[in-house]
Amino acid sequence: MSAHESNYTPTTRAGKWFDERLPVMRLMQGQFIDFPTPRNLNYAWTFGGILTFFLVAQILTGIVLAMHYQPSGAEAFNSVDHIRRDVNFGWLLQPMHAVGASMFFVAVYIHTFRGLYYGSYKAPREVLWILGVFILLAMMATAFMGYALPWGQMSFWGVTVITNLFSALDSIWSGLGTAITEWLWGGYAVSGVTLTRFFSLHYLLPFVIFGLVMLHVWALHVTGQNNPTGLDIKSKSDSVPMYPYAVAKDAVGLFAFLLVFAWFIFFMPDYLGHADNYTPANPLVTPPHIVPEWYFLPFYAILRAIPSKLGGVVAMFAAVLILLFVPWLDTSRVRSAKYRPLYKIAFWLFVFTCVALGWLGSKPAEQPYVFWAQFFTFMYFAFFLLALPILGLIETPRPLPRSITESVLGKSGGGTTIPAGAAAAPEKR
Amino acid sequence: MTFKTKASTLASAGLLAVLAAGFGTGVSRPASAASGAPEIARQEWSFGGVLGQYDRAQLQRGFQVYKEVCSACHGLSRLSWRNLVQKGGPEFPEEAVKALAAEWPNQITDGPNDAGEMFERPALLSDRILGPYKNENAARAAQNGAYPVDLSLIAKARNPEYLGSVFGHPTHMLGDIFSAYQEGGPNYLYALLTGYKDVPSYVRDEKGHLTPVGPEGGGGQEVLACTSITRGEDGKPDQCIELAEGMNYNAAFPGGQIAMPPILGDGSVQYPKGPDGKPLVPETLDQHARDVTAFLEWAADPHLNERKATGWQALLFLLVTTVLLYLGKKRIWSRIDH
Repeated sequence: MSAHESNYTPTTRAGKWFDERLPVMRLMQGQFIDFPTPRNLNYAWTFGGILTFFLVAQILTGIVLAMHYQPSGAEAFNSVDHIRRDVNFGWLLQPMHAVGASMFFVAVYIHTFRGLYYGSYKAPREVLWILGVFILLAMMATAFMGYALPWGQMSFWGVTVITNLFSALDSIWSGLGTAITEWLWGGYAVSGVTLTRFFSLHYLLPFVIFGLVMLHVWALHVTGQNNPTGLDIKSKSDSVPMYPYAVAKDAVGLFAFLLVFAWFIFFMPDYLGHADNYTPANPLVTPPHIVPEWYFLPFYAILRAIPSKLGGVVAMFAAVLILLFVPWLDTSRVRSAKYRPLYKIAFWLFVFTCVALGWLGSKPAEQPYVFWAQFFTFMYFAFFLLALPILGLIETPRPLPRSITESVLGKSGGGTTIPAGAAAAPEKR
Repeated sequence: MTFKTKASTLASAGLLAVLAAGFGTGVSRPASAASGAPEIARQEWSFGGVLGQYDRAQLQRGFQVYKEVCSACHGLSRLSWRNLVQKGGPEFPEEAVKALAAEWPNQITDGPNDAGEMFERPALLSDRILGPYKNENAARAAQNGAYPVDLSLIAKARNPEYLGSVFGHPTHMLGDIFSAYQEGGPNYLYALLTGYKDVPSYVRDEKGHLTPVGPEGGGGQEVLACTSITRGEDGKPDQCIELAEGMNYNAAFPGGQIAMPPILGDGSVQYPKGPDGKPLVPETLDQHARDVTAFLEWAADPHLNERKATGWQALLFLLVTTVLLYLGKKRIWSRIDH
């Protein structure tokens, strides 16, 4: 892991004995207590911890729900209803898991936007970033299959629409798409067979995510955390030990986020879902308005914006996969948007684009929505393919502070050892 | 401290952005989209908002409406008779529910018995509240092709769409989130039960457009009765959709045509009387619709009382903990300049 030393000193003979054989306590102390974190992290950096909490919470509630759930076409809907009505605290557990999935995505999107804003993907953190994109992809697959499990109308038709996308491959190689689709379905149509295999994979994938998260944290602890200035840790005064400083801040962030979570669980557990999913799946009745869960809406808008089916599918997957190339698409040498006036504008336009696509994804595929979906699809890809490469070349970054310490102490009036001129905050110029 | 302020602004703006991206789309309605969903008015409900709880007397009246009117066609088969006794619901006395279940006309098919035959028996507390039809085909055969849906989850399975402007949508969503508004289903049910009106009248102008006319008539012009209209594109005349045979006009139902007749009206149900011999609440269509809607909301969400009451304890705990953690964090960080 990272170069810094662990300060672990066993105080008991048993501790010393164990440490010589498996230094796991030494590792934990080194990585999660003594680990140097930049002293200037803001609350946007608490989302890593929040996401870890949600992964564990989803796994725990999911394990209990699986004890009562029946993954068959005939009984899935009834068993979820049974959980909510009759299982002890089922009325709490089921929304915790369903709302938890939404909150997981709220947190992961904030976490990703934070990475984009402060340039956390830039060297030497490319692998860390790519692992994050893999986690996002695995989360999307897990969430999609999880949404199928209540086997309501929107579950069924969501699965039908999304699995049918693979049939677009027929236009490349006749029969290929159909073969893949039937393989996914386990038959000639979406059925209880499809549901059962989705359940199996829905139980498997979170553990894949867990493994990826461990690699993600490992990669983070090799390179160290980025921070709002984007500068590297250069001296001891640039960092504070993770415990108690970062941990104390993470705890505040986590509990503040849990307040939002609890609000939805207890007061509006159905707000983030669809009313249609309280009607059992019926292959003979198509809902007039099939929409995915809110966290997929921007990608759904991109899918429908492209007139050709294959083109739409390609664009939708490209919209996620393009994140893998961000470390090389961005040509700027400055990490943080704090010091990049033009990129900052592009970033907020991009955020607006994602919100607009999300809204459009919830609308029927008719004018004028289709036009605007096309416009914002262009804007979405323009951010990655035009703004990121070009802005780095034409933009004049604001002067960077010399160090993290200087950026912190120059502002609070402390740190008298730093010359006033050097400490002047770059954003005040 | 400008730095920190800006960073936290970033975080909160990001959160808002993500919230705005998704949260408004939690609304969808099952049976309409392009056909022009009617606006559904919001009603006051005792179970609405963060402090909401069911009104036990209203649930009892609502069950009475279900029993005497709705149950002629609709089942409630995800509920058991015992649920009517349980806490947080109508809380009828157990003996009364037992007696009612035993004389419920829609009996339970049980078996096979020792002779290997299925048989019918009266319902027990543990049995489901069945409607009159054994299956969907039997229902459609008896109902001229229409299917009276099971009502157990109907209050959650309907939710009116937001019909306002794009720019009003974010504030509308935030308003709903902060007021914990989740009564779209009940509002729709109430609107449906009270939505049986005369079919709207239209007159056709020289360009072929249909315009609504009031009760005063079309002023000599031919008056058309249309349950809904389809706007003609490219200069084509508007289309008038007339009421199909065997259907009924309902202003709240998407498309305007519903198979269910206006079965509920003023005085449909005799409510319990007070000491003066007058009913404690008015026996009007409005009141019947409210009561049965509240009952159906309970049927779909039987743990609402417990959930909302627990919610306040959970939020209070989280709030106090967050404040304490924040104070602790301030104290820890006060050791260094930051």
